[in-house]
Amino acid sequence: MSTPVFIAGAGVISAIGKNIAENLSALENEIPGMGEMVHLHSVHHHKLPVAEVKMSNAELAALACMPAHISRTALLSAIAAKEALGYAAIENFSELRTGFISANTVGGMDKTEDFFVEFLNDAHRGSLRNIIHHECGAATELVADQLGIKNYISTISTACSSSANAIFFGARLIRQNMLDVVIAGGTDALTKFTLNGFNTLMIVDQQYCQPFDENRRGLNLGEGAGYIVLVSEKVAASLKNAPVCTLSGYCNANDAYHQTASSPDGTGSYLAMKGALQQSGLQSAQIDYINLHGTGTQNNDIAEGTAIKMLFEGHYPPMSSTKSFTGHTLGASGGIEAVFSTLAIQHGLIYPNLRLETPMKAFPFIPETHFKKGVSIRNILSNSFGFGGNCSSLIFSKA
Amino acid sequence: MADLKQQIIAQLNLKDLKPEDIGDDQPLFVEGLGLDSIDALELIVLLQQEYKIKLANAEEGQDVFRSVRTMAQYIREHQPKTV
Amino acid sequence: MFIQAAAGISPQPSFGALLTEPASYAGNRLSCIEPDYSQLIDPKMIRRMSRIIKMGVAAALDCLKTSATEMPGAIITGTAYGCLADTEVFLSKMIENGEELLTPTAFIQSTHNTVGAQIALLLKCHSYNNTFVHRGFSFESALLDAVTLLQEQHASTVLVGGIDELTDTSFALLSRFGLYKKDISSSKTLYDGAAKGTIAGEGAAFFLVAAKHSGKDYAQLNGLYTFYKPRDITDIEKNIQSFLSDHAIGMDDVDLVITGQNGNVHEDAIYEQLAQTTFKGKANAVFKHLCGEYPTATSFALWLAANIIKAGVVPSCTLVNSNNKHPRRILIYNHYQNTHHALYLLSAC
Repeated sequence: MSTPVFIAGAGVISAIGKNIAENLSALENEIPGMGEMVHLHSVHHHKLPVAEVKMSNAELAALACMPAHISRTALLSAIAAKEALGYAAIENFSELRTGFISANTVGGMDKTEDFFVEFLNDAHRGSLRNIIHHECGAATELVADQLGIKNYISTISTACSSSANAIFFGARLIRQNMLDVVIAGGTDALTKFTLNGFNTLMIVDQQYCQPFDENRRGLNLGEGAGYIVLVSEKVAASLKNAPVCTLSGYCNANDAYHQTASSPDGTGSYLAMKGALQQSGLQSAQIDYINLHGTGTQNNDIAEGTAIKMLFEGHYPPMSSTKSFTGHTLGASGGIEAVFSTLAIQHGLIYPNLRLETPMKAFPFIPETHFKKGVSIRNILSNSFGFGGNCSSLIFSKA
Repeated sequence: MADLKQQIIAQLNLKDLKPEDIGDDQPLFVEGLGLDSIDALELIVLLQQEYKIKLANAEEGQDVFRSVRTMAQYIREHQPKTV
Repeated sequence: MFIQAAAGISPQPSFGALLTEPASYAGNRLSCIEPDYSQLIDPKMIRRMSRIIKMGVAAALDCLKTSATEMPGAIITGTAYGCLADTEVFLSKMIENGEELLTPTAFIQSTHNTVGAQIALLLKCHSYNNTFVHRGFSFESALLDAVTLLQEQHASTVLVGGIDELTDTSFALLSRFGLYKKDISSSKTLYDGAAKGTIAGEGAAFFLVAAKHSGKDYAQLNGLYTFYKPRDITDIEKNIQSFLSDHAIGMDDVDLVITGQNGNVHEDAIYEQLAQTTFKGKANAVFKHLCGEYPTATSFALWLAANIIKAGVVPSCTLVNSNNKHPRRILIYNHYQNTHHALYLLSAC
């Protein structure tokens, strides 16, 4: 076993709340975040429900202490990253080697798509202020500068597995003794670009999504950000609040089957989960809960489930897709679900898979449908799979 | 059907193919032309754009897009009548 | 860590051509000289590929071929802008068609990890696959990931590349930010006079890096270091000095410094100051008149440095100011808009 990496804090903003307390309350009361879009202006507003953060850019900016004209992606990121850092309460933060590794999929696209309306009419028009933060790395830097992090800053974009890879990379840099503290996770705001993109694939559900249901119709897009604060063993020992959880395993594998579709037998998913288990030194029977990727598309759920069946045959742990609450937040999903995983370990929680009516016939297991607390949870597996065959799994364990 | 073949070639960017290279009954997917699920989605938009025919879901496409002939037949049967 | 192979598609035809007939360009925009892709990539896959994907995939395949590697232990890419052409196609159609009648191809190919994903798909490579998208650190992040994977013994070889494309739209937009010179007659005159602006570039450079010496390596990569928004020139000098001392060497041990001047008087001031202090008296080569300025241009610099060490010759088109024809240790120092600073140390094997 290599040196453990501890999780000292977490922060989240999603359609079900602007902080951990609100998210936990919605999870416990089984209140999903989907609804008709308010802040995103799309022609699909009556047709396609989304899981929007229930705040305007001005409100987010006030909470983030940032200007309101910047990308929503950066505003969401700042709010969650600050909450995470606040919980970690690292006293000598400025003396440590710190990093910020964030993920997103379309950067400042929310602003770019406004810019492009004018630009397409006349290449000399459109406010440059709306495109200056288009690059994925821009949101990361805006937030890193606000947090005062400068030793190491990077951005990862591997579609829907992006923030799992950010967490994974952050942990490795701590293990390599290059950094002491890394805030890692991801962010994505809803954009017309992604909504229409997924809609062309005919995988956006016109109702609230039903992950792992036999009659599932697709996904709902969501937005948000989620970060965890990874610290070295040495920093962990110096903290007032001893970390409750470690990142014990991780693996990144590629399905190498198709640009967007998962292979029917879930090769990539299987390799990622198996690799994460191997790295953590755990047997599949020791996993107490699986936070599924569970997008609600025909293709993902059958591939992911098939891989779980191969790996967990005989002892299926409780599992659920919290995307039934938050929608699919793309580059933020691995980060948000990492936060939910650490909270599940801390408070002994299992989250429900909402709206499950008919379990999938192909599988002998049924996702959890009710919120449970007071459960003893030692190890959680969290899955994030994406376009380009990128599959990543993380394992969180009780410290 | 030659028009339809030309439209398929343009929509799917099958640069190396000429309309006469595609047999009327040649399977479009997998073993035939080697098209995949993304191409099916492209063809759904083609039907909508060129023939004003809207397929409800991607699964329906499986039968419609078996070959150029099945596609042409579907278009004949479903094209809105011009008044 | 060893560079087993380096392959690039850039505004220059090849390393050999740099020695004999380097390409020069009129105007402020350099475009890649592209090979006949149909000879390199499966035609079934090529029909959906935009230019950046073809450039990236072709460079990657060339790199694997040179190193006689069938299956790398990991595939990692770095790109600041990602697949711009596909992004623009989908975005424009979405606006023009009022969000109706859109097709998926441009969207699915627009994600930043497409090049890495397509390489994995072509090779059927199920191993580690990652994509970094951090502006002027995109390639450095990818390379650091590769280095750590090798150190962790997770992989014995890693295919790592830096890719960025310039499109008509991105060129028009970046021009509106005042990035480029308006009146440049030839890329050869990039560094003449004290003017603002640089020239636009693009490229794809891939490397097969390995933990172990193979006996046919281009060069050894001894170190890589990045620093963000340094306070001032003293801070920059301190970072360079500490990078060298971390590798137990001093400037005297470096035979050649490759620096990233781009013709912009404000940005080049840093290199000029260093030429009077840290780099004083050192043989110095430059490269951005050959590839243009772009966020992952350091991948071109690394390709150049690896080739120089392998060939044992410094192309005179790099404006090198020394007679040392056989550098054994090269330091690369580049900054991107004085925000992203990168250092590389290479040596002969």
